[in-house]
Amino acid sequence: MSSASDTMTAQPTIATQKIPRRRRLVSPGLLAALPVIIFLCVAFAAPLLAVLGYSFMPEKTFELTQAPTLENYLAIFSNSYYLSFTKSLGLALTTVVLLLVISWPIAYGMAKIFGRWANFLTLAIIIPLFVSENIRLFGWVLFLIKGGVMLGGLKAWFGIDGESMLYEVPAIVLGLVYVYLPFALFPMVLGVSMVPREVTEAAFDMGASRWQVFREVELPLAMPGILIGGLLTFILSLGSLAESKILGGQAVIMIADEIETAFTFGQNWPLGSALSMLLILFSGTLVLTLLNWIDLDKILGRGKGGNGD
Amino acid sequence: MAMAAAGPAPAAPAAAAVEAAFSSFEPERGAVADPILRLSQLSKRFGQFQAVKEIDLAIEEGEFFTIVGPSGSGKTTLIRMLAGLEEPSDGEIALRGQRLNETPANRRPTCMVFQSLALFPHRTVGQNIEFPLKMRGIPANERMNRALELMRQLRLPEDYYKKQVNQCSGGERQRIALARALAFDPEILFFDEPLSAIDFRLRKTLEKELKDIHRETGKTFIYITHSLEEAMVMSDRIGIMRAGELVQVGAPDEIYSRPANRFVSEFMGEVNVLEVKRNGGGLHCPALGTDLAAPDINGFDSGFLVIRPEYLRFLAPGEEAENRVEGVLYNEYALGSRIQYQVRVGEQVFLVEKLREQRYGGQLDDKVAIGWDARDSVLAPE
Repeated sequence: MSSASDTMTAQPTIATQKIPRRRRLVSPGLLAALPVIIFLCVAFAAPLLAVLGYSFMPEKTFELTQAPTLENYLAIFSNSYYLSFTKSLGLALTTVVLLLVISWPIAYGMAKIFGRWANFLTLAIIIPLFVSENIRLFGWVLFLIKGGVMLGGLKAWFGIDGESMLYEVPAIVLGLVYVYLPFALFPMVLGVSMVPREVTEAAFDMGASRWQVFREVELPLAMPGILIGGLLTFILSLGSLAESKILGGQAVIMIADEIETAFTFGQNWPLGSALSMLLILFSGTLVLTLLNWIDLDKILGRGKGGNGD
Repeated sequence: MAMAAAGPAPAAPAAAAVEAAFSSFEPERGAVADPILRLSQLSKRFGQFQAVKEIDLAIEEGEFFTIVGPSGSGKTTLIRMLAGLEEPSDGEIALRGQRLNETPANRRPTCMVFQSLALFPHRTVGQNIEFPLKMRGIPANERMNRALELMRQLRLPEDYYKKQVNQCSGGERQRIALARALAFDPEILFFDEPLSAIDFRLRKTLEKELKDIHRETGKTFIYITHSLEEAMVMSDRIGIMRAGELVQVGAPDEIYSRPANRFVSEFMGEVNVLEVKRNGGGLHCPALGTDLAAPDINGFDSGFLVIRPEYLRFLAPGEEAENRVEGVLYNEYALGSRIQYQVRVGEQVFLVEKLREQRYGGQLDDKVAIGWDARDSVLAPE
């Protein structure tokens, strides 16, 4: 055996002698990824590190050279910032739940029923994205404001006098749901289209009711899309600012408002940085635990490795 | 492993026994008032396209019925209508005399094994098999016992119960799909080409296994395939489908030896087809320029004479046959247990098949005489 393999390895030396073997110091993969890595370091990691640094600076300083201190974090925990934080969290959760409920039938239709009309719907949802978010939100203001499109129309045509929902919490939720719908919808469309037709048919054929097919087959198989859409919109809503400012007036102070105020009006970069760090820490932990806890491979039935577990 | 298949055959379904008791005077099989499934004038249109055209068919209790047709012949549409996944445009489906058209798939006592098998990829083998039982609200331990019992019957190892289906091989997945359908305990099992994606050798094994399972369960199987060979192995009766119509229905033997037309005969594999015309009391073949002796030609005007390659024989000098033509041995092909020869008679090509042990001794380009007897050929009017 060993002699055979020796002759096998000895054979190709003639060929390799001609072309000197270059030893690669850097793998081609790393080399190819280098521009992106550099870009991410400069454009993504550096600002984050700066914010991290500022969060440990004394109050109202504008440089990173002071001795680090924890006073910003202490100030946050001794003040009532937890209130705006809880409100942000509540609004984000409400938004996500509403988005998932609204998106499911649309996503299901787009993936399974509408056929070529799905493309039309996709365009209808994407085209408004070309208009700036703020302008679209101001459109909603015109629609919702007292004497605006909705209430003014109702009054002029039917004589109905209504209270404007503008500058209340529901208006903020409406804005959030409206703005983030595509981010929940499109991953979900992908998720639903991953459910093979024959599998749902098989479940139905074996006596499952419409509800059982949904719960036992469609929901779990579409889960990756649902989860990605849910997480995406949750994080976006948690950091959202324009909706509460434009549609909410001063009804609700969200955490993003507090951060903005600290950076601009308060001229307190370290406090804003500390608030930002806490928000990042919170949403980051949440996402990572959730992704860890929910095993996408298991949901999809993709076994890890070939031979059982 | 092979021993396990030879278990005791379970008793026939109770319904069959009842039916037998009520019709004890019945003269023969097929004369029962209500067959388990009867299709009357069943049609399906998709817009302008008529996929299934006015099919009449009665399937008997416990039968293994196979519908064979090329792709696009409407066989899948037909079985999907039977399963309740497609709504008929016209006609009726009746189960034991009860109209079934309006019953949705989840209320029909039938179950289908899909071409893709349609296993639930996010569930274990056990959960897959138990699915129909779970839908009925049967308690977990009862479900598990039934699943394990079915796994034993289908020779799936017991520790597969907790295995993910995507980690199972093609043949295993096939058995899981069948076990799941059997767990449903349907009156009729439908199969939509479940073996089409499986390699040749395993398919041959699974075909026989399926026939064994049919025997063990005594259930009615309706099977769809594009392979007549597959249908031959398993079926009690075969229906040949073309362009939405049933061209011929009969026992495998009947289809093999008396194909209704050229389509059916060619579907069966390679056959010799001669275009022939009625010529007084006999047949004339323009391509060969001779008259041929043929079986019963009453009512036949023009069409095709079909002769299977294995019925042709090389004629030694002086040897007689009812039909005899002379040509040149052009080529030979080894088909494993048999050898096929191509003989050219003018423009007409004949295929002759011999067992390996009875091979023709001559050389290529030899002048040869081939012959066959009238009773070994079949007339097909179209």
